Amino acid sequence: MSDNGKPKFAMYWAASCGGCEIAVLNINEKILDVDANFEVVFWPVAMDAKYKDVEAMPDKSITLTLFNGGIRNEENEHLARLLRQKSQILVAFGSCATEGCIPGLANLSSTEQIFAAAYDSVSTVNPDGVRPEYAYDIPEGELYIPAFYPVLKTLDQVVDVDYYMPGCPPESHQIAAVVDLVIKALHGEAELPPKGATIGAGMSTVCDECGRKRHVKKVKKFVRIHEVEEIDPELCLLEQGILCNGPATREGCGALCPSAGAACIGCYGPAQGALDYGARLMTALASVIDSNDPEEIDSILDGIVDPVGSFYRFSLPHSLLRAAKPAWTNGSR
Amino acid sequence: MSEQFEPVIIGFTCNWCSYRAADMAGTARIKYPPNVRLIRLMCSGRLDPTFVLKALSGGADGVLITGCHPGECHYLEQNYKALRRYLLLRRTLAQMGIEPERVKLVWASAAEGVRLAREIGVFVDEVRDLGPLRWPTSLPAVHAEEAKMMEEVAA
Repeated sequence: MSDNGKPKFAMYWAASCGGCEIAVLNINEKILDVDANFEVVFWPVAMDAKYKDVEAMPDKSITLTLFNGGIRNEENEHLARLLRQKSQILVAFGSCATEGCIPGLANLSSTEQIFAAAYDSVSTVNPDGVRPEYAYDIPEGELYIPAFYPVLKTLDQVVDVDYYMPGCPPESHQIAAVVDLVIKALHGEAELPPKGATIGAGMSTVCDECGRKRHVKKVKKFVRIHEVEEIDPELCLLEQGILCNGPATREGCGALCPSAGAACIGCYGPAQGALDYGARLMTALASVIDSNDPEEIDSILDGIVDPVGSFYRFSLPHSLLRAAKPAWTNGSR
Repeated sequence: MSEQFEPVIIGFTCNWCSYRAADMAGTARIKYPPNVRLIRLMCSGRLDPTFVLKALSGGADGVLITGCHPGECHYLEQNYKALRRYLLLRRTLAQMGIEPERVKLVWASAAEGVRLAREIGVFVDEVRDLGPLRWPTSLPAVHAEEAKMMEEVAA
């Protein structure tokens, strides 16, 4: 408890885009409840604070920390460990912290390939081919920037995590519900879910939330959404041959994308009980392909142009293999 | 090290055909290499790609999937599902930098003990030629190694 008696709240971004913070602000007037019930002690995107302020706090003095972003570099890991030490409840908030998300797709490439894209590609003006060095001597002393990790890790691959909140970003109504629950729990009016639980989402799949009409699926050809002349507004997208990740993805978003005519891309992560998101999706997709002939099956599969990008768009670092060979090879050089 | 590399192979067998074929190979005293560890499923259609990924990420060098011949599935057509999953999984593995040849699908009926034993021998040789996979998630040292590298970078 702080001087004013309120429990403390922190939010941090590691390797992420900032969308999670926007989603928190999108809870509208509920943000006033956050302010009424918590003292915000650390939230770099919203208020000024220094890492040394956090380091000076007593252990376990922050009641609730929402941590978004993956662990891309040394600084991310330092803050993950620091906030774990200082927090009672640490929530892996959003897809990046729980599963690695889009930044995690870098686990398909070696560090050199990533740096080449960042420093040598056509969109970059870098005539001297300068690359940052981790340590650099200047007259005033040594400058040091955090080291880049060869493989991006999820928060729970670095520290112990109490709860997982999926979504890219988590839907605001789900955040509001979780905030409500924590406030109630603080007042002794509700109980928190068991440690390790996924909060702010359902147990089933996006298909269960989706209003589109479903029949027995038989797919003869996979098409990308821009290749479809006219999308049937009522029929299941997968039945129309559009690769939709609904069958493997956890419910919680209200099937926003399929309702808008876009395929689910899986940002809410694996449904309850699925160990490897991509494997679950491969199982589902292989079941609906309408052919028993190996050659025909192969030509149908040609319609899935980027298997890893489609099956692990949000979950590569949290999959069983975690990273492709180039990233690993680089890591154990 | 002059010793020959002995791959670790996980073999998934179907209760109604290949598991019995392996059984038959045993009772008929047909030899096959001990590299393969057989796991019985009720059907090749039970094979979730998760099993294969778990095996490879946990230290296996290859995975053999076996099931009833096309048209002979005990559950009508689940072996076709296995076939489709296998073809899809191979594409995913290739993109992850794992040789798709490390995973193989073989049909073997309950009467084909000889054939199964031969196929196991062929696959063991194929994986031996590919060399060890040693997927980093299976190595206890991976985290320590990574930490060491970070220290070197920082130093």
